[in-house]
Amino acid sequence: MNARSQVLIWGAQRISAMVLALFVIVHLVTIIYAVRNGLTAAEILGRTRGDALWAGFYALFVAALAIHAPIGLRTILSETLNWRGRSLEIVMLAFGILLALWGWRAVWAVFA
Amino acid sequence: MSERVKPLTPTLSPGAGRGCYPFTFSPVHPFTGLLMKNDFRARSHPAYWAFLVHRVSGLLLTVFLPLHFWALGQALRSAEAFDGFLRWTEYPLVKFAEIGLILVLAAHLTGGVRLLMLEFLAWRDWQKSLLAVAAGASLVAGLAFALNVV
Repeated sequence: MNARSQVLIWGAQRISAMVLALFVIVHLVTIIYAVRNGLTAAEILGRTRGDALWAGFYALFVAALAIHAPIGLRTILSETLNWRGRSLEIVMLAFGILLALWGWRAVWAVFA
Repeated sequence: MSERVKPLTPTLSPGAGRGCYPFTFSPVHPFTGLLMKNDFRARSHPAYWAFLVHRVSGLLLTVFLPLHFWALGQALRSAEAFDGFLRWTEYPLVKFAEIGLILVLAAHLTGGVRLLMLEFLAWRDWQKSLLAVAAGASLVAGLAFALNVV
């Protein structure tokens, strides 16, 4: 992997980290608030169904995660298993796409 | 005065290991001359523990995420299917796991913020304070959640 790609990956990781730091704090506060009122599907879905603003928030959240998690995993795998090269990049890209699809499916499930 | 002065401690030159940046800074062992895959010199430094907590928490979160997305996706089938999963959350073991998860999330976040500060700000001398803040914030988040849940 050339230097330019490595810098891009480093940059993407830092930017997604900044986005996630903000979003995770919002998510934590929301969760603590949600758990306070009890965890039943009716209560949760009653709050979330049809809420376009929060749907958008969580869609962005999923996108940032789908960038951040695979890059982090890539570093761990490459350092632990000494795995380098194209095969690792392809597996990480696949993992990122899977995370994005699963995540957006979950957002649809809860907010649509 | 051209004689070479022997250093007091043996120099463990990082470059003596194989490869080039960024793939290794592993030094050569001072006695055996073998390549050290794990650098023992770093272990006692608090920043090492910050790195380890950040890495392990990140790994745990990556493993947890697909499960989280699957559970939420249950709502696609029906509210009852979602409820079926949510009933699980009544069990104390699950609540305990949830508290652990919040702690892990807070630890990874504060460790990550520490890294961002190290990379983009010039607060090098404040690393130890940052570590303390990171640990404290994680604890606060975990406790707040625990107090709500229990």
